[in-house]
Parts: sequence; C-alpha cells; structure tokens
Amino acid sequence: MIRARTATREGSTRAGAFDTGRSAVTVEMTGKAAETGPPGAATVPRVLPPVPVHGLREHDERHAKVRYHGEALIAEVERSGLAGRGGAAFPAGKKLRSVRERAGRRNAVVVANGMESEPVSVKDASLLARAPHLVLDGIGLAAEAVRAEAAYLCVRRPAQVEAVSEAVAERAGRDQVPVTVVLVPERYVASAETSLVRYLTGGPALPTFGPRPHERGVRGRPTLVSNVETLANVALIGRYGAGWYRAVGAPAAPGSALVTLAGAVCRPGVYEVALGAPVREVIALAGDSAGAADGAAEPAAVLAGGYFGAWLPGGRGLDTPASHPALRAAGASFGAGVFLVLPAGGCGIAETARVVRYLAGQSAGQCGPCGNGLPEMAEALGELAFTGGSGAGRATRLLRELCGFVTGRGACHLPDGVAHLVTSALRVFADDVRRHEREPCAGARGRAAFWIPGEVGS
Amino acid sequence: MSKQLRINPILCKAHGVCAELLPELIGLDPWGYPLLPQRPVPSDLESLARRAVAHCPALALILEPVPTGGVRG
Repeated sequence: MIRARTATREGSTRAGAFDTGRSAVTVEMTGKAAETGPPGAATVPRVLPPVPVHGLREHDERHAKVRYHGEALIAEVERSGLAGRGGAAFPAGKKLRSVRERAGRRNAVVVANGMESEPVSVKDASLLARAPHLVLDGIGLAAEAVRAEAAYLCVRRPAQVEAVSEAVAERAGRDQVPVTVVLVPERYVASAETSLVRYLTGGPALPTFGPRPHERGVRGRPTLVSNVETLANVALIGRYGAGWYRAVGAPAAPGSALVTLAGAVCRPGVYEVALGAPVREVIALAGDSAGAADGAAEPAAVLAGGYFGAWLPGGRGLDTPASHPALRAAGASFGAGVFLVLPAGGCGIAETARVVRYLAGQSAGQCGPCGNGLPEMAEALGELAFTGGSGAGRATRLLRELCGFVTGRGACHLPDGVAHLVTSALRVFADDVRRHEREPCAGARGRAAFWIPGEVGS
Repeated sequence: MSKQLRINPILCKAHGVCAELLPELIGLDPWGYPLLPQRPVPSDLESLARRAVAHCPALALILEPVPTGGVRG
C-alpha cells in the first residue's frame, strides 16, 4: 500500500520560468519509512532503498505485485513522463514504443546500460549493488513490452558481474527472457548506446555512425538501450503507475532521480531526490563545503552533469531547479545527475583544463574533428589555466573557434559535450579568464578540487 | 524533393576530394575535414554533388533527401 504525506513549502525565486513552490512529498512503501530532514530537498527512497535489498524474497516483500504489462506498461510509462537517466533524458515511453513498433517478426533486444563511464558518477553502481532485483524486474518488463528475444546487462567491473549474476541465478525461471550479464571494456565512449550495440554484435565498444539502435541494433534487431536507473523506474511504474511516479518532482520534470554529489562536500555519495528541487538544496544534502574555514562558504560554482556537463555559477545560479530542462536553459546540464562542487577560491578554468585533458585522451580517435580538436582544446585550456599571460587572450579566441569546429561533427556526442563544457567555463569564469591574462590565479596554482582518473595528486 | 549532404565522420579520412570538386558548398576545417552547408543542396548543384559523392575515396560522403525535421543542424 502506498500512503503519501505532503509538506508544502513556498518556493523561492528561480532563475527561469519554471514552477515555484514544490511540495516535498515523502512516500512510504510497504511500511518502510522515508527519510525526511529539515525543510528543503529531502531524500526520496524510490529506486534506492534505505538499506540494500539483495535477496529476491526481501525484494518481493518490499514491493507490491506488478500491475502493468506489455502495451499497458508502455502507455503507463508514456503517461509518467519518465525521461532516460543515462544523460540524454530521452522520453522512456517513446523509446519503448519505437522498439515495440519495429519488433514485429524480427524480435527485439533489450540492453540495460550499467556502464556509467562518467568518472564521478557512482549512482548506477550503487543502484546495482543495493537493488539488483529492481533493475532486473525493469529489464524483464521492458523485454516483455518490446517483445524481445534477448536481454543484456552491460557493466564494466568484474565484481559487478559476479554480484549481478548471483541475482540473475536467484530468479531462475521467473523472467521470460533470461538476462546475460556482460563485462564491457572500460573507456569513456564505451557507454554510448551505439558502442554497446557494436560490442554485443561482436565489434569493439566504440560508437558507430548510422541507424539508431531502436531501428537496427544488436545483430540488426530493433534494440532498446536503457540506463539501469531508467529500467528501475519502469519496474516501479509497472507496480504503482504513472500517477504515483508524478506525485514527486516537477510537472516539466516528474519523478525522482539519483544524483552523485562530489567535490567540495562533506558527505560525497549518491542521493535520490525529487526532480526540480533547487541545486543549492540538492548539494546541501551532502553537507557544507569540506575544508572551508567557516564551514559555510558558498560554492564558487557547480559542474552540473559531471565531465559531460557544464558549469553553473555560484550565487543565484544555485537556485536553478535540478532538472534537465531548467539546467539546460541555464546553460548547464543535468546529464547523469552528477553535481561537482567547486569551493570558494577554486579555479574553474584549471578544473576544466584537467577535465578536458582527460576527455581528449578518451576520444575513440575515429573522427577527425574530435581526434584533432579535443587535444588542441586541452592544450589551449592548459595554456589559459596554468601559463596565463599574453597567450591567454589568444588561447581564449582559439578555444571559441575550436568549439565551433568540433560540435556536431563526430559519430558520438563526446566533442559536443566538451564544446559545451568549455563554452560554459568561458562564460561562467569570464572574470578568471581576464585575471589569467596577467597570471594564473592562486586557485589554479593550488591543488585540484576534482578527481581525475589517472592523475596523481588530484 | 530537396537533398542534403552528410558525412560519415568515421569513414572520412580527409582526402579532400569533395572540397576540390564542390568548392561552392564544401569547405575544409584546419585539419582537412569537410565542412558542409547547413542548408539543402541547390538543384543546379545537385549533379556536381552526386559526382563528389561518387569520387570520395572513403565512401564517406552521402547525398540524401532532407528528413521531415529539416536539414540536420
């Protein structure tokens, strides 16, 4: 049984024409109480249980029976407004329907994407560790709805393969289409939909150019590629319906989402929040800036969306609702729900330079504009961030040119993401850019605020 | 029915033949990769566009009908 308690709170002003005044809804599910704190964003235990639920029996006890199957499930997902949680926010119902329509005689394939290549993101790993059966339920329901003949769950760590395979084994006989757990070689571009389709068809885990997976995917079949969090939400919508899903969140961005909070926060980690809460309140869940002298210093900025995201300025910028449409309108991004907090005194240009250096190294190297453009952008950013001086103005002009040259000219969206990130940095940190034309600021000369894979001292 | 030019960026190896044959429409970026117009191919240039497609050593240039959503931006 679901009972909902609402606590209404007057909304504060938002940057942008989005709804004000959200009600913080706490939902009780089968007797387990939800966590509520002081007024403001609260954690909402929907896909992520307060304590891990490993066993199948425990999972069945926590959740009601599934009510919606097949066509009825697709309709319910469409009504819910569930948007994909892999970063692109494509409407999940629309994707399900596209694949189902094309399945026909040529049976479809379902690919659950648990790759989570965004380095700072750990929400998918957390979900798979704490609620594997919810994800597997979602895969099963999706497979049934699109008339799939095969289902895969792609992960990048051997430990995940073991843990999820145990859960799959526990379900023997329950799922029409048994799930094959697949270990995919780890690199940034490997989590792109077409990369997974290519890998499962026998090629490398690199993006392709051509038909979209829902048209022609694994072995030429119509393929649904969905993030594991999206599928977990499908599993809940299949039980509790679209109305329940929309009871939390904002009209333009319904439901809850897993976010990874990191950077200058006290309690980095994964939190499940109602979409549309102000970014300031979301990051407050992880506590105040770690290491700030008075413990309450305002962040300088937030990298919303992680490495594949863009910068949100501190101050008023943090009033922006945490949702895809609102963050996009603010020049930033929700992406896979990563919020990296840059502390006061940190240098956004320096952090961006390190991120872009990493991303340039992650290019598949398949497309000229990306393979050439990204390293040049990294070099120009490095010059701007760490050398400064008269070269900084030249570097800035070059960066703008390069952003124009790489956008829309690759097989995947890595170059577009980098261009968006760099453009946002030049805008949000315009003052720092001017300062760097004299010399790099103290923040740039100090320790890195963000962790970069493979870099020492970050 | 109007047509648009598109590049398969994975196949393209910056031979530059397309820009040679159709300079009216195709330019090159600093690394030698083609820059295409963000608008349909004018009908009087269509046969030249077809020739450029046929001469691409990497088979990377495509001439296709403009999709209902408009020219790919």
